[in-house]
Amino acid sequence: MSNIEQDRILLEGIAAEDSNSIEQLYKQHYNMVQSMVIANAGSKDDAADLFQETVIVLFEKLRAGNFELSSLLKTFIYSVARRLWLKKLQQQQRFTSQPDELEAIVPVEDEIEQHIKLQNDFTIMETSMGKIGEPCKSLLNAYYMQKKDMNTIATEFGYTNADNAKTQKYKCLVRLKKLFFAQYKNGE
Amino acid sequence: MEDTLLMDAADRFAKGEMSSEEKIYFEELRKNNPELDQAVVEQLFFLNQLDGYSNIKNFKASLAAVESKLIGEKFINRSALSETLSTKGKLVSMWHRYKKDIAVAASIAGVVSIFMATAVSSVHNKNGEITQLVEEFKNEKQKRKNIEKTVIELQEGAKPAVATTSIDARFRATGFMIDATGNYIVTNAHVVKEAKNHLVVENIKGEQFIAKQVYVNIEQDLAIIKIVDSNFKKLPTPPYTIRKTGAELGEQIFMMGYPKPEIVYEEGYVSAKNGYKMDTVYCQISTSANEGNSGSPVITKNGELIGVITSRETKAVGVVFAIKSANIYRAVNEIKKQKEDEKIKITSAPALSGLSRVDQIKKMEGYVFMIKGN
Repeated sequence: MSNIEQDRILLEGIAAEDSNSIEQLYKQHYNMVQSMVIANAGSKDDAADLFQETVIVLFEKLRAGNFELSSLLKTFIYSVARRLWLKKLQQQQRFTSQPDELEAIVPVEDEIEQHIKLQNDFTIMETSMGKIGEPCKSLLNAYYMQKKDMNTIATEFGYTNADNAKTQKYKCLVRLKKLFFAQYKNGE
Repeated sequence: MEDTLLMDAADRFAKGEMSSEEKIYFEELRKNNPELDQAVVEQLFFLNQLDGYSNIKNFKASLAAVESKLIGEKFINRSALSETLSTKGKLVSMWHRYKKDIAVAASIAGVVSIFMATAVSSVHNKNGEITQLVEEFKNEKQKRKNIEKTVIELQEGAKPAVATTSIDARFRATGFMIDATGNYIVTNAHVVKEAKNHLVVENIKGEQFIAKQVYVNIEQDLAIIKIVDSNFKKLPTPPYTIRKTGAELGEQIFMMGYPKPEIVYEEGYVSAKNGYKMDTVYCQISTSANEGNSGSPVITKNGELIGVITSRETKAVGVVFAIKSANIYRAVNEIKKQKEDEKIKITSAPALSGLSRVDQIKKMEGYVFMIKGN
């Protein structure tokens, strides 16, 4: 199997949130990212954080559904990690000079920009979720994150039936929406 | 009640669960009722956001689980102080318990549709109410016939101005520079049309300069004018880029213009890809705009110019229309073809990305002009 084909199969697994594929990704590329971080004023903890963020960028890209790998996955991961790391160094003003390249790089500006936007959206939703209070938070969590059905939710939350739970869920959704847009329209 | 109905309808529309007949009604309804359309657009956008949030949240949990496993295997080294992870680990194992119980849906979309399938039965009983909505739309349509002509042009008439060039201006609007070499400014055709005798632009400092018409396209309501005043000092390259493609739903935008004699900042978001009566030249923006805002630039968070404010719905609050920026390129190309002596070229440098809004405004305000004339 060619590298490109292996990458493609791995990416399918990542898109499906398959744990084995995520583990594969770590096994194949983690050491490369760690070397880059350590060679550029970072610690092993930094490397672990950075790799997570890099994989999230990859996942966002896959989720958007328009990901066509124009380079090796390895090159993509290295480029994203490198860009994110330089950004971090700049923020901490620890940035002195452009690092020596350990690997080939491809431009990833668009990905990083998109990532920042999505992260921002994510934070707004997370803050809104934090503000709606109980039982709304648990109710929406059960429904949207844990993907439980309305009957199970009705039993767990003590509603007389699924219809009541559903009405409550709608009310919660309306509140969440208000909180979300209040922040979103203000551009956080 | 109607809100719930609307949410249901929007949800089912998004998941493709409407019968083709219902879908036609629904789309007609949206087309003819901008307020309802606005609400639907907002709901769809919000569901999409929630979908993305859930997806990424779940993925982060999977990721943290894999990491803890690899730390256990000593493949990854985290210092003991790195506390965040241990808490993450707990959350993750919790998440995995749920995961076992549920066939993994790749996205929340699937689950929403399962829920909607259960919801359909109840909505079905309320079929009367859905029809009623459509009934309402017919009434709306009749009402609309009376207001069809009332999309008003956002331009203030009959305003006397204290002009150093001592002319009495009859109107005030807005424009912005696209070519700092040739001093070309974009505004609306309906603005320039008002200037039968004089056309003057005023910068943020209140200095006024004579301008002339270069290009007027009534159909697209787009005009390009040029500062011809020798007192005008050339500006550096504009800090915004002009987008060649359309506007995306939900994009956050801001705009600057002259609805009053000083520059005014306003925020909003793209609420529909097309304008009044599905006019594809325009997009729809949720913000507030007033007379004088005609010609205001619509800018995204990252400093991309995506539109030119033109008009608003009279009967609906916050429904504003902007000409999509791609039309600016079209206008410039037409000028190049028709007028050889006009050396126009869109110049821009993406210099707003990553700046705070206050700094973005400071960089931009010198390029947004008040347009006056008589």
